[in-house]
Amino acid sequence: MVDITPEKVENVSPAEVPEADLYHAHSFWTKYVFCQDAKVIAIQYSGTAVVIGMVGLVLSWLMRLQLGVPETFSFISPESYLQFVTMHGMIMVIYLLTALFLGGFGNYLIQLMVGARDMVFPYVNMLSYWIYLLAVLILVASFFVPGGPTGAGWTLYPPQAILSGTPGGTGLGIILMLVSLAFFIIGFTMGGLNYVVTILQARTRGMTLMRMPLTIWGIFTATVLALLAFPALFVSAIMMTLDSVLGTSFFMPAIVEFGEQLSYGGGSPILFQHLFWFFGHPEVYIVALPAFGIVSDLLSVHARRHIFGYRMMVWAIVAIGALSFVVWAHHMYVSGMNPWFGFFFATTTLIIAVPTAIKVYNWTLTLWRGDIHLTIPMLFAIAFIITFVNGGITGLFLGNVIVDVPLSDTMFVVAHFHMVMGIAPILVVFGAIYHWFPLMTGRMLNDAMGRFHFWVTFIGAYLIYFPMHYLGFVGVPRRYWSMEDTNFIPDSAADLNAFITVAALIVGFAQLVFIYNILVSIFKGKPSERNPWKATSLEWQTETVPPGHGNFSKELPVVYRWAYSFSVPGTVDDYVPQNVHPNDVKLVEPEGS
Amino acid sequence: MTEVNVTDDRPSGMQGVIADWASDQRAFKGVPWGKAMMWIFLLSDTFIFSSFLVSYMTVRMSTPEAWPNASEVFALHMFGANIPLILIAIMTFILITSSGTMALAVNFGYRKNRKMTTLMLVLTAILGASFVGMQAFEWTKLIHEGVRPWGNPFGAEQFGATFFMITGFHGAHVSIGVLFLLIVARKVWRGDYEDDTERRGYFTSHKGSYNIVEETGLYWHFVDLVWVFIFAFFYLW
Repeated sequence: MVDITPEKVENVSPAEVPEADLYHAHSFWTKYVFCQDAKVIAIQYSGTAVVIGMVGLVLSWLMRLQLGVPETFSFISPESYLQFVTMHGMIMVIYLLTALFLGGFGNYLIQLMVGARDMVFPYVNMLSYWIYLLAVLILVASFFVPGGPTGAGWTLYPPQAILSGTPGGTGLGIILMLVSLAFFIIGFTMGGLNYVVTILQARTRGMTLMRMPLTIWGIFTATVLALLAFPALFVSAIMMTLDSVLGTSFFMPAIVEFGEQLSYGGGSPILFQHLFWFFGHPEVYIVALPAFGIVSDLLSVHARRHIFGYRMMVWAIVAIGALSFVVWAHHMYVSGMNPWFGFFFATTTLIIAVPTAIKVYNWTLTLWRGDIHLTIPMLFAIAFIITFVNGGITGLFLGNVIVDVPLSDTMFVVAHFHMVMGIAPILVVFGAIYHWFPLMTGRMLNDAMGRFHFWVTFIGAYLIYFPMHYLGFVGVPRRYWSMEDTNFIPDSAADLNAFITVAALIVGFAQLVFIYNILVSIFKGKPSERNPWKATSLEWQTETVPPGHGNFSKELPVVYRWAYSFSVPGTVDDYVPQNVHPNDVKLVEPEGS
Repeated sequence: MTEVNVTDDRPSGMQGVIADWASDQRAFKGVPWGKAMMWIFLLSDTFIFSSFLVSYMTVRMSTPEAWPNASEVFALHMFGANIPLILIAIMTFILITSSGTMALAVNFGYRKNRKMTTLMLVLTAILGASFVGMQAFEWTKLIHEGVRPWGNPFGAEQFGATFFMITGFHGAHVSIGVLFLLIVARKVWRGDYEDDTERRGYFTSHKGSYNIVEETGLYWHFVDLVWVFIFAFFYLW
């Protein structure tokens, strides 16, 4: 009789492994370049994302210079301004934030926090990074082709995206953009399958789903969203490439350009918008959910208090993820949809506020009567809550059809989404880097420079984006190179724009301080303690810091509790790591004994 | 034939699902990593093909021109008459048959019947390759008749665009599947999945396990299933 019992398959790494089964790199190349160790891949991902993110930052300076002091810089033409807007948006949303949260933090933290030796498919994981790098290089290449990169706006709406009136529309610019996106998605899918399978199938003994740190829940849900949302972008990228290269008419209606009838006809531009936003809205949560998860852990560790309502937090993440697939058309209220659609999508959009509000309350209640340490990660975490509430509330404005219509395509929208999915997640990224830098390098980041970085970034971000809300209310449109002939805009708007530009340049400078801090601290930072924040989760319980190949010692840790056992009454230390056996927890001697 | 025994002493139904998801280590008990990955990948791929098909339906609605009549365009002139959909019927039959041989390969794999597994895998690959060949024939025929992605003599230009894009994307999936089947067949034949093998390498998974055959099978059945939808929406509508 042949036995095909499912239980026969043993894929969880054995708790104890012989030396030969651990991954060992043999040369410089396999150790630092073509490395299959998820921790090295994470650093490669993060490094690449930060470098391309700096490009995005510089692009934003150029835009601000044009808006703040118009008619001064001859090299910023209306065309190049549109190119800056487009590339800034695309770089920041996809190539920086998505790659950094999932490729960077995902790779580094998943396998450590769930107690695995590595990702389940290390080779595929390595390919994932190299394809991502290829996508970035193609994106960068589009800056150097004739006609420059595409200036279609990061949403790449057809028909304008592939017409000659748009910068890069008929040249290589738009094609390289689409090809780069397709490669990014292929590379991401390889990584994403790894993250999901590792979390589902390769946890250590005792690590149930409901004992995972919220960081992992956030990254997990975001990855699932990405695996289901990116296909729509992939398909629309293919179809738009065909429209542009082969002259098909998927998205192109019959159209007259400069008095000339083009050979297109019968396509549906609205189809692209639906496909794009079916990707685009989950994308907001692909960026936000890892931030939600990480910030929960930062708050809990630095307030020495368990996360309030852990189960609610998990279900809120899952609910937000599910709802994010049925709200996409709230980006299209002015696109000419059936009004009943607007009603439906406005309703679902506002329903998302419920799980989101649960999260905000629980973060606040985690701080309530906590032993709050105002460390730099904590400052960033608190700043995140404030900023996220701000951005969330303006989201309620834009989620309502009747309020959205006049605000659509104004600076108000720019302020809203920068607050909610630009500044808020970036604050978490900073907090997370300050928090986990000691784990990655064994050294602390400089505290004084860190505090300078925090305060300038936090206050500066508000100086940039609060006035923008007002600009939006008075009707300043977005993506305009110049306001000179728009009579309805008061002259004071120009002064405000100049003010915003100064603030933006100062905040940009603070980021250079941060980069300098990292570079110096890697080599000369103060050596950190083994577990400087006294955190409970598994990544700090490794054999060495920074963790070596195989992460843990010969035996994998066993998990006995959740990751939030802080300030447990009756114990000597104010925290109990996940992997300490209940009999080994040091208890306070009862009085009189 | 040897008798196959499937045992599983976990709670059944919803209770079992809850027990699995509440447990440590693995949410899907006994599911190898590769199999879990393949299921999740196929879920993602489903969204790709759904997006393609929804786009096809949308442009078919949005174009003002008449859609070409499928039973005329896809007819073959045989034995002095135009027989509608004959080629597609044969292609579909071949692909469904290959699903059957694939299922047999998986079964023989679990029985660790090395020779029969190889044979069935190679047979599946041959059927798959002949499907791609017939698709190439169909493309050639349509191109000769003047069908192009940017226009065709029969009606709406989106017909050619969606046809070449969607069948091309599906054909690429089949071709990759054929390659993969051949690679796995070679490894099975060589004995890479036997209990006593010392060979380790890519796609060899765990010693003494024919899981990769089932994982390849999942992919193959998925590609067949997608074809059923393409067949229904493209040729029958």
